[in-house]
Amino acid sequence: MKDQLYQYILGIADNSLILGQRLGQLCGHGPSLEVDIACTNISLDLFGQVRSYYQYAAKLAGGDASEDSIAFLRKEREYRNVLLVEQPNTDFAYIITRGFLFDVYHELFLERLMHSKDETLAAIAAKSIKEVRYHRSFSSEWMKRMGAGTEESHRRVQDAVDSLWRYTKEFFQPTEAEKAMAEAGIGVDTSSFKATYDQHIAEVLQEATIVVPTSPYFQRGGKEGVHTEHLGYLLSDMQYMQRTYPNMNW
Amino acid sequence: MTSAEVNIDERLAPLLREVSDPEIPVLSIMDMGVVREARLEGKTAYIKLTPTYSGCPAMDVMGVDIQRLLKKYGYDAKVELVLSPAWTTDWITPSGRASLEAYGIAVPLEPEADKAALTGSERIVKCTHCGSQNTRVVSAFGSTACKALFQCDDCLEPFDYFKCLK
Ligand SMILES: [Zn+2]
Repeated sequence: MKDQLYQYILGIADNSLILGQRLGQLCGHGPSLEVDIACTNISLDLFGQVRSYYQYAAKLAGGDASEDSIAFLRKEREYRNVLLVEQPNTDFAYIITRGFLFDVYHELFLERLMHSKDETLAAIAAKSIKEVRYHRSFSSEWMKRMGAGTEESHRRVQDAVDSLWRYTKEFFQPTEAEKAMAEAGIGVDTSSFKATYDQHIAEVLQEATIVVPTSPYFQRGGKEGVHTEHLGYLLSDMQYMQRTYPNMNW
Repeated sequence: MTSAEVNIDERLAPLLREVSDPEIPVLSIMDMGVVREARLEGKTAYIKLTPTYSGCPAMDVMGVDIQRLLKKYGYDAKVELVLSPAWTTDWITPSGRASLEAYGIAVPLEPEADKAALTGSERIVKCTHCGSQNTRVVSAFGSTACKALFQCDDCLEPFDYFKCLK
């Protein structure tokens, strides 16, 4: 039970860590100063949330475990994030679409995690959701602006949606830990809000004049630690300081 | 769970008012509403702080500032971070709101108005320089997690708006 709770927490937190790292990579590289600041602000929110989850996980693990060892010293196969969030920063339409597909899920998920029987998880969720509502609103507004914008911005958003759509089903395919935690009233049964997710996505895409893909092909594996090639590069960038100078501090 | 009621020892309250938010120095941590409990047992002060935003880097600094200040008065401070109930901009005190305005940061609106202002559908945030409401959002995310960046179309000056968090 304790081990499953630990795995469950990592599953939630790793999504935010990896997306936070992706957004952090935009620092100084955003398409405009305002967007640069927005993306790094969102990254900071996600890292803050991650710290709370990892601190809790470290307490459960006991021994030498710490938020830093969990964040920086695991191997690629030990990360439980969904494939969507590790996808690289290509163009801005892709970055926003990736965020949008995650933010809608994240908000619906936290709305339910707030009612967890686990007090710590409920508290982190209640705190995080206030921030995530701003993330979802930011990415949704950009989806509409670009989708219904110029011919080129429309084409790029449609391409991004078509290309990232295959990663959206993984949210709703539960792992053993997720099943056990949902059963115990600690975790969230994500299948319970799959229809709501699809509906929210469809509403924004419609306003954005973007077509919802109908491809039946979906990809999964991140939750079991089987990642796309992109995660390894991200981790080597993120981990090299702790690996080179173990226990280093600011 | 939205209670603003806090249990703060009378002997500690004036001291904690001397500690300011490192990112908004005109605002004390008491005005910010982030001190959720302050108890005194002998010479040990037990302080519970709650973050404004999860990733707010100011929280660690506030903890250290509290310890340093209380030490001056002979107290040993133990600072604990609590998440529940989650902080809301409603906990900023009236004097805190006044200090924000004076410092040039527009105070948070209610949720509906906040949303309208941040999506640009209504011009309602008052410019902190000239008072005009002919203002527009430049970026929903500003120099710190808690703020958005606005510009006034009358005096043309930019200013910060403290976003509503509920
Ligand atoms: Zn003005």
